[in-house]
Amino acid sequence: MIALLIRDMRLAMRAGGGFGLGLAFFLIVVTLVPFGVGPDAEILARIAPGILWVGALLACLLSLDRIFQLDFEDGSLDLLATSPIPLEGIVAIKALAHWLVTGLPLTLAAPFFGALMHLEGSGFSWMFVTLLLGTPALSMIGAFGAALTVGLKRGGLLMSLLVLPLYIPSLIFGAEAATRGMAGFNANAPLLMMAGITAGSIALLPFAAASALRVNLR
Amino acid sequence: MSQMKTNGTQTRSFGQRMNALWEYANPVKFMALSGKVLPWVIALCALTLIPGLIWGFFFTPEAANFGNSVKIIYVHVPSATMAINIWVMMLITSLIWLIRRHHVSALAAKAAALIGMTMTLIALITGAVWGQPMWGTYWAWDPRLTSFLILFLFYLGYMALWAAIENPDTAADLTSVLCVVGSVFALLSRYAVNFWNQGLHQGASLSMDKEEHVSNVYWQPLVLAIIGFGLLFVTLLLIRTRTEVRRRRLHALMARERMMDA
Repeated sequence: MIALLIRDMRLAMRAGGGFGLGLAFFLIVVTLVPFGVGPDAEILARIAPGILWVGALLACLLSLDRIFQLDFEDGSLDLLATSPIPLEGIVAIKALAHWLVTGLPLTLAAPFFGALMHLEGSGFSWMFVTLLLGTPALSMIGAFGAALTVGLKRGGLLMSLLVLPLYIPSLIFGAEAATRGMAGFNANAPLLMMAGITAGSIALLPFAAASALRVNLR
Repeated sequence: MSQMKTNGTQTRSFGQRMNALWEYANPVKFMALSGKVLPWVIALCALTLIPGLIWGFFFTPEAANFGNSVKIIYVHVPSATMAINIWVMMLITSLIWLIRRHHVSALAAKAAALIGMTMTLIALITGAVWGQPMWGTYWAWDPRLTSFLILFLFYLGYMALWAAIENPDTAADLTSVLCVVGSVFALLSRYAVNFWNQGLHQGASLSMDKEEHVSNVYWQPLVLAIIGFGLLFVTLLLIRTRTEVRRRRLHALMARERMMDA
């Protein structure tokens, strides 16, 4: 399993793996928003958590089709499916690898990009905490979406249509927790809800994703 | 599935009756039964929907601070009720497909999706038309409105997945899994949205709690209209499921033809 994790991360980081593209996309989103809404620091600071969350979500979405697509095309997914590790475990590992090369860098970068959005004082730590707890769910849900659409020719667009509605609860609770935390209110409720969604996704979605993969490999 | 012949005069245990119910998962039996039932359902639907709507539109008083626009309730509330219930029905039929592999069940879920999406759209549009004179805005990010928009997105994704996959059994499997997972997330979204914004929308129009209830004059035609919409759904569902079954048969026939030619 660890070998698979290392393999996936190497593939993602080397040439053509698209590592860093997600980050660059995140940066572009954060740059474009002030052009759209104007450079007013107050407005930007108010919408910053939401923009950072939506940006992270879109950046995560961009690299989802890589989770299974390439392995499906060159047949290594079939090999993995017949290996002694259960398919559920493979899905979980692949989602973890996706998170390590996408979600984690996004989380680490968010406070810096937050500076572009005039994020204030405690906002940096709140963005970091909410993204750290929320992005694993994004990767796991994304792996499920990728498993559903892996056999399709132009699955990318369809996958965003399937995955984005599933991101809504995480987005709402994540952005809400960050906003509340920044404003100095008690943010425990949304934070715990979001962490609960993440934990639930990690626990249950590998089974759904593996069953979808089995159908697609049939 | 039990091959036991249904015999009306024989008394049977509950378990046997349930087994007899599964017989209608057989496409041939389903087609025979639904063909017989369909005209009756259509008649019942016409008998409830048309009087319900006419009663609601023309024979109810105008509400004091709503004016004539209150009458949109007879389309808005039933379609909204159906929109949610159709998703629940799709969830149940998807589970039946995943567990017992009855083709009719999967096809019924497929047939229901478009009706459900249309109902959601009707509820959203009538809501917007009603919202403009009442709240002064077509759209507000109110929990109920937002939930319905999200529900619409779920229907959209579900149908897009059906349309994208060529092999019908693969499509049935994947959409069923999506429906089950989507239901969980749709429910989560509902609570998330409630948490996120407190709304303009009034409470439930029909509830057991008499305090919140709309008054009797409006309530009676509304119930009739809801029953009518329910029967309309059953009618459309039967027609569409029958179409799907026939389409599957047609594909099978065409495949057989090709085999014969080869």
